[in-house]
Amino acid sequence: MSAPNKSYDPVEVEALKPEAVERAREDALEAIAGAGDLEALHEVRIAHAGDRSPLALANREIGALPPKARADAGKRVGRARGEVNKALATRLAELEAERDERVLVEEAVDVTLPARRAPLGARHPLTTLMERIEDVFVAMGYEVAEGPEAEAEWFNFDALNIAPDHPARSEHDTFFLHAPGAGAEGAEGAADAADGPGSGVVLRTHTSPVQIRSLLDREPPVYVVCPGRVFRTDELDATHTPVFHQVELLAVDEGLTMADLRGTLDHMVGALFGADIRTRLRPNYFPFTEPSAEMDMVCYVCRGDSVGNPDRPCRTCSSEGWIELGGCGMVNPRVLTACGVDPERYSGFAFGFGIERMLMFRHNVEDMRDMVEGDVRFTRPFGTEI
Amino acid sequence: MRAPLSWLREYVDLPAGTTGREVAAKLIAAGLEVETVERVGADLTGPLVVGRVLGIEELTEFKKPIRYCSVDVGPAGAESGEPQRIICGARNFVVGDLVVVALPGAVLPGGFAISSRKTYGRVSEGMICSAAELGMGDDHSGIIVLPPGHEPGDDAIDLLELRDEILDIAVTPDRGYCLSLRGLARETATAHDLPLRDPALLDVPVPNEDGHPVRVEDRAACGRFTARVVTGVRPDAITPVWMRRRLEKAGMRAVSLPVDITNYVMLELGTPLHAYDRDRLEGGIGVRRAREGEELVTLDGVKRALHPEDLLITDARGPIGLAGVMGGEETEVLAPERDPETDEWRGTTTIVVEAAHFAPIVIARTARRHGLVTEASKRWERGVDPEATAAAAQRAVDLLVGLAGGTADPGVTHVGVLGVPRTVLLPADHPDRVAGVAYGRETVARSLQRVGCDVYGTDELTVTVPSWRPDLTDPNDLAEEVIRLEGYENLPSTLPRPPAGRGLTPRQRLHRRVGRALAGAGFVEAPCYPFLGTAALDALGLEADDPRRRTVTLVNPLSEEEPHLRTTLLPGLLAALRRNEGRGNHDTALFETGLVFLPGGDETAAPRLPVDHRPDADAIASLDAALPHQPRRVAAVLAGLRDPAGWWGPGRPADWADAVETARLVAREAGAVIEVVADRHAPWHPGRCAAIRVTVDGGTLVVGHAGELHPRVIGALGLPDRTCALELDLDLLQRASEGPVRAPGVPNFPPATRDVALVVDASVPAARVEEALREGAGDLLESLRLFDVYTGEQVGEGRKSLAWALRFRAPDRTLTAEETAAAHEAAVAAAAERTGAVVRGA
Repeated sequence: MSAPNKSYDPVEVEALKPEAVERAREDALEAIAGAGDLEALHEVRIAHAGDRSPLALANREIGALPPKARADAGKRVGRARGEVNKALATRLAELEAERDERVLVEEAVDVTLPARRAPLGARHPLTTLMERIEDVFVAMGYEVAEGPEAEAEWFNFDALNIAPDHPARSEHDTFFLHAPGAGAEGAEGAADAADGPGSGVVLRTHTSPVQIRSLLDREPPVYVVCPGRVFRTDELDATHTPVFHQVELLAVDEGLTMADLRGTLDHMVGALFGADIRTRLRPNYFPFTEPSAEMDMVCYVCRGDSVGNPDRPCRTCSSEGWIELGGCGMVNPRVLTACGVDPERYSGFAFGFGIERMLMFRHNVEDMRDMVEGDVRFTRPFGTEI
Repeated sequence: MRAPLSWLREYVDLPAGTTGREVAAKLIAAGLEVETVERVGADLTGPLVVGRVLGIEELTEFKKPIRYCSVDVGPAGAESGEPQRIICGARNFVVGDLVVVALPGAVLPGGFAISSRKTYGRVSEGMICSAAELGMGDDHSGIIVLPPGHEPGDDAIDLLELRDEILDIAVTPDRGYCLSLRGLARETATAHDLPLRDPALLDVPVPNEDGHPVRVEDRAACGRFTARVVTGVRPDAITPVWMRRRLEKAGMRAVSLPVDITNYVMLELGTPLHAYDRDRLEGGIGVRRAREGEELVTLDGVKRALHPEDLLITDARGPIGLAGVMGGEETEVLAPERDPETDEWRGTTTIVVEAAHFAPIVIARTARRHGLVTEASKRWERGVDPEATAAAAQRAVDLLVGLAGGTADPGVTHVGVLGVPRTVLLPADHPDRVAGVAYGRETVARSLQRVGCDVYGTDELTVTVPSWRPDLTDPNDLAEEVIRLEGYENLPSTLPRPPAGRGLTPRQRLHRRVGRALAGAGFVEAPCYPFLGTAALDALGLEADDPRRRTVTLVNPLSEEEPHLRTTLLPGLLAALRRNEGRGNHDTALFETGLVFLPGGDETAAPRLPVDHRPDADAIASLDAALPHQPRRVAAVLAGLRDPAGWWGPGRPADWADAVETARLVAREAGAVIEVVADRHAPWHPGRCAAIRVTVDGGTLVVGHAGELHPRVIGALGLPDRTCALELDLDLLQRASEGPVRAPGVPNFPPATRDVALVVDASVPAARVEEALREGAGDLLESLRLFDVYTGEQVGEGRKSLAWALRFRAPDRTLTAEETAAAHEAAVAAAAERTGAVVRGA
């Protein structure tokens, strides 16, 4: 690099003559405009804006001018270099855009190609439907309570006001467990099975024993929702399964009424099927509730329009207009007594329903077996939430 | 309980046009479960009349014998009441019999139109009908022969009550009184606000000393016993059409007149009766419990060994009936027979009618012990009106006199005293407090009176409940009666305010999280039945002493092949996997979370605790001590391709590592740090099985296994090659949780990376090398990744090369080359010392 020559004081420097600077500028601009691609522009940049370009060399000579001429020459060279650099930048942007355009077009793909490269999993709709219901009640302040599936008869029957000889007990089609160590060879006859084999343990026939455990574990007020698997000795067919799922609800507090029961049902049905779906209670009998009721909801598909209207049949409710949900009622004071809750002070309500049934009418499942066989074609479409 | 509408109308004056569906709707609102309303005879049109057979011409020229009959159908006959000429294939009638004739123009059930037509070379002017042809059941044994007492030309549609509606009602256990027309009529009357003609309101004679002797030893089990005698019963008397039809519509078969009468009274009044042939009784009737070794042949011909708790009816010889369940063969009324020589009818002529009251529990137990649920036992179990016994006996006597030509014997036996009416104390506002509705005392009292109660008092009501409602014992029972009569549909809808909740428990959240994570990883949830057979355990290759063979066993399994409860989730999942394979669903990954049942061996029988107070902690513990251990498990199985094949290239088969990695995934969700060690454990491949271990409270526990299944297991179960599986105890994993995550620092100083390939003996687990590297490298090691495993000539027989990428970083400074090198060397040195590792190529 040459340093300014302080000892030499020429009047003129050839490269800094206005014509020379102007020519260099024009040459540069012409070359830039003529650069057809990014490589050519690269060459042009070296030739016209690089360290050895005419304008760069001219700039270096400015120091050689007499002090008075320096400002003028510096201004002219600087302006010319500025214009050249700007033109370079503009041309670079143009050429890059052209290149991008071309390359991206070349890189285009068929975005409709299916590309599931990971296996597709899902949770079972019975599980997610139970969780959905749990969530409705958890949002209201309820706890989710669980219990064992092999359960003492006292929890499953006696404490629920189903005494050993109560007809309801034999209606439960109960699986009895052998006393420990008895083994299969000790199997008793079917007639004796109804009396139990003496182990005092059954596969729970409903999730109601969890209500009893909840009442024993907690001080009132008690608000629990009890989801789980239950068992009855039904053979598997299109409408029965020996293993099925229930969600039960128990509220015990001061001053609870049947109106509260109804309101809670309305709320649940609204949350699951739409805010305007009405419920209906019909008197029924359960040993553990008194008064007891069967609960129905207006068919959420036809809203009752299919009743007596053969032109618009409804498959969901078989044109009944109502869908049966399950049983409910006010907790029988005898049940409270068995759990040490003072029935003079506290009252409660409970209800329960089958999840298989609800899944069937909520999602048009036509055969119970589809829900128990574990066929992935059935389960996958339900994803991970319902 | 099947209730013909025509029969209900006998007791309730329903408006003429009222349909079965309308009655059903009212009964449903009142709490009866009307399952169906069956319309019979709706598609039947006349003329259908009574005819008398005047003459029979036997036609023999056809394949089967055919009769050409002349039948007097009275004024219904064509043209001024001429007899009709009718072809008939049946042979169960003689000249003079009354039959049912469908005349031309009639349409029988099924759209079968009757016309005058030529058949068997004759003109047949109608049809002589069988019961089946009229839609009266499936009796094809011949045409209907009517009992005397009808005139030719009488309308047979009315006579046979062919048009009717039948309500089929599922009666809940508390409503025993609805197992009778009397009870259903009462509900119908109440629901329509109409008066009831109570068929049990009969005059009954005062008991005297002249009746058939009865001795009740067990007064607790048999509170009442009425015996009446009817003499001179004609054995040839047959059941009138109206009674036969009612029995049939109610779902019972006609047997013989005396038996039909007892059944009819049971249906009408709800009181099961029994009729004995007095000539077959020896001495007085007794009621007592059975004695050891006694036997009885019941009406169904079965010889039954009696249990000392069975309640019996006896005579001088011994047991003659299982009280309230079924009578004995020896003393039953005889089916009438015609003596072939004298042509006279022979059969039972003197009948003893038993109308008693038995304790529900005694009958329920007897019926269950003998597996003998009868129409009678069903009613006793659910409660029969104790005040109706005398009326029921009277009704049977009246029918035997009126229909069978008998004479009521003046002797009337009655054992037992009149019951004291039961009262329940009810605060007048109790129904209001149960319902959340202000009914007021007047409404409460009126409603209770409508169901048959007597009500006294103002603020505290004294309610006397009717004898047919043994279910009304508590204030809430009475509240239900008030609320249902006022209409459940009129209850308001309010929401209680529970205390603020805490949401799901950690265990519940873990359960959900594991399910979501596995679904996200491509597994499909498949909840399986918990039933298990020994064959499934054999197929898994479990040793004889494997703890998973110690099972809980069902007394009454659905299948004898699967009497146990699962001790592992794998059999169910593997069966589901095979089912999917069989249906063409390949490349399947399934999972389940659920309970297993593990007997501890020290379970005691669960006691039967009282229910009149809260059991104490020891009592509750004694219940729990009877239960098997029931931990929650998660299991997953996978086969075929783990990563699908496609236009992007080939797929990747699932292998042991996917199973182990899935175990790590579950553990990560549980927040548990696991240790993976090689193990040999059925049903896994002995060289491809990992035990998953955790540390809980300072001790090391195996929470499960993962890997590829043993080829023999795969063969035995017919699974795809290389099927892999894992099973973990979720409850144990949860206990191993490290608790809330402590956020790591994320320093911005640049990392330094070093790769190293270490050659070790092939038997050295990578996990041990990794552990040595980590500990040797110290705190500066940020992460460590195994990126290659090589075996082959270059490293020598029985050796393997493990290539690791180590990444170092300090939280507070940029590491110098010397610091990084020192940490790296320390790591390698530790690996060399502990595992014999040699730097590859060194």
